Amino acid sequence: MNKILEVKNLKKHYPVKKNLYGKTRETVKAVDGIDLHINYGEVLGLVGESGCGKSTTGRTILRLLDPTEGQIIFQGRDITEYSRKQMRSVYKDMQLIFQDPFASLNPRKKAGNAIEEVLYVHKVKDKAERKERVRELFNMVGLRQEELEKYPHEFSGGQRQRIVIARALAVNPKLIVCDEPVAALDVSIQAQIVNLLTGLQKRLGLSYLFISHDLRVVKYMSDRVAVMYLGKIVETAPADELFNNPLHPYSQALLSSIAAIRPGEKRKKIVLEGEVPSPVNPPSGCRFRTRCKYAMKRCSEIEPKLKHVGGEHFVRCHLH
Amino acid sequence: MKEAILRVKNLCVDFHLDNRIIPAVDGVSFSLAKGETLGLVGESGCGKSVTALTIMRLLQMPPAKIRNGEIYFKGQNLLNMTDEEMRQIRGKNIAMIFQEPMTSLNPVFTIGRQISEVLIQHQNMPKKDALEKSIEMLKLVRIPEPEKVVKQYPHQLSGGMRQRVMIAAALACEPEIIIADEPTTALDVTVEAQILGLINELKSRINSSIIMISHDLGIVAEVSDRVAVMYAGRIVEYGDVHSVFTSPKHPYTKGLLEAIPDINMNRSKRLKEIRGVVPFPDEIKEGCRFKTRCDYVHEKCLAEEPPFIQVGNNQVRCWNYLSQ
Repeated sequence: MNKILEVKNLKKHYPVKKNLYGKTRETVKAVDGIDLHINYGEVLGLVGESGCGKSTTGRTILRLLDPTEGQIIFQGRDITEYSRKQMRSVYKDMQLIFQDPFASLNPRKKAGNAIEEVLYVHKVKDKAERKERVRELFNMVGLRQEELEKYPHEFSGGQRQRIVIARALAVNPKLIVCDEPVAALDVSIQAQIVNLLTGLQKRLGLSYLFISHDLRVVKYMSDRVAVMYLGKIVETAPADELFNNPLHPYSQALLSSIAAIRPGEKRKKIVLEGEVPSPVNPPSGCRFRTRCKYAMKRCSEIEPKLKHVGGEHFVRCHLH
Repeated sequence: MKEAILRVKNLCVDFHLDNRIIPAVDGVSFSLAKGETLGLVGESGCGKSVTALTIMRLLQMPPAKIRNGEIYFKGQNLLNMTDEEMRQIRGKNIAMIFQEPMTSLNPVFTIGRQISEVLIQHQNMPKKDALEKSIEMLKLVRIPEPEKVVKQYPHQLSGGMRQRVMIAAALACEPEIIIADEPTTALDVTVEAQILGLINELKSRINSSIIMISHDLGIVAEVSDRVAVMYAGRIVEYGDVHSVFTSPKHPYTKGLLEAIPDINMNRSKRLKEIRGVVPFPDEIKEGCRFKTRCDYVHEKCLAEEPPFIQVGNNQVRCWNYLSQ
């Protein structure tokens, strides 16, 4: 098939609170059985509030965290059990862009060298060839050649994010996990970085897993969007379809929170009561039932399955 | 126009660092009417929080220094008051809701004690009554089981609950002015909707005026009556919320609004961007602050700072509107 990535029943549980003998008493079920796939050249948006498990999902896919259960299939290979060494070959095709460009660059390494290092690790032996590639990458992300010799602190936040993007592109990846790539940037800079990511995606035919809590940016960037709540995917659909016709009560509330800044954007606000329950003890049955105004008896007893409701639209709710 | 309860006139605040003077706020003027919500919007470093802290007289001096300006609260200049006089006003007449509820609440005191403190200080309420009023306030901000929560410590509450506690404390004395500095930035969107709804509801109940500070244009659009857009220490556009959002005049306001993707857009259409980066406050010595990033820049902009010009319903600092 044309899937670059397929994730099956992925779980990531963190043990917390060990007792005297080191036995785990509680686990945080950060990601609790999700299925998703990304096609070649596709952008999949992953939205949800903090603590819903979206970043953990991204990191587990990259095997920066070891999954508790489930399968990660990347370009037809099951990488779930790959060793660190085996993963190195995978990282040629799969890269990550973090939220915080301040924390993800070594302050003592010049921008050019930070990128060159990646090429070195990935066995580009010839120095001249490496230098040439770094120059090319700098060009691609809109940085000037004289900036190769600067240190991270000499750049602004937006430019630093450009360096991080250049570094991720160095090995010609096919899939990039973008974890809140514009969240730390000012509004006037966000558009520059969003445009850069879009341009690169089109030009290089990249696939993105685009993780963000900014619904407008996700809508703009994504072909399809998955909505996460408390470790589960509650709805996936093509971006237009999801934003025009959200079916899950949580998606409906989440999308109604988008503030209208232009005429014609006004939506009826759905204000949810209460807060997200703890992922240590998620509610039985449907995880959203404690805040759902449509909750029925069945919702606390049986967990709804992700149901196909036509096209590429799936929803996890007893109402549908 | 309604009577102004707060009037800020030509406020200039500098930060004196080792060998630099950073003009964080440079000539900011606005007024706030009774019962009105004023949105103060801008990117990080534009001076919006410094403006708020100066009104509250909470700015650390030094390094900060007020170079110029007056802040009139019901005819009295707050900047001329003694610390003791200011203490009588702060919390009682003017209250502030901060961005980070974890760092603004004292971790070693119970919630009840922190809310009662305001009441004991300002209204000489006996301790027992103050605690009862605290429970009432917590009920008002819809905290479940308030009798239990008053005995708890901040770390036992979630972020949304802590922010409610902050609001309860800020509103305890029914202040005439509430300054909310990014009150929902640390919160999730579904909780944000609850908090904004709550602030609005309480505002109409006690008829306070609000200064809502945010970098989020959406929030400002939703709650404000009037909006001031700040850039590099100045207000560049000022007007009622409808005019500013539907027909922005300043190139910066226009740029900001266009940089936010339309909900019906997708990536086949390029986003409009504002080129360049936000300048340091001491970087631009003369002319318009926005000149380095503006698409409509001309000679006059480089040399001379534009004054406020009335364009339609908005006040705009831009030379482009004078030539016509």
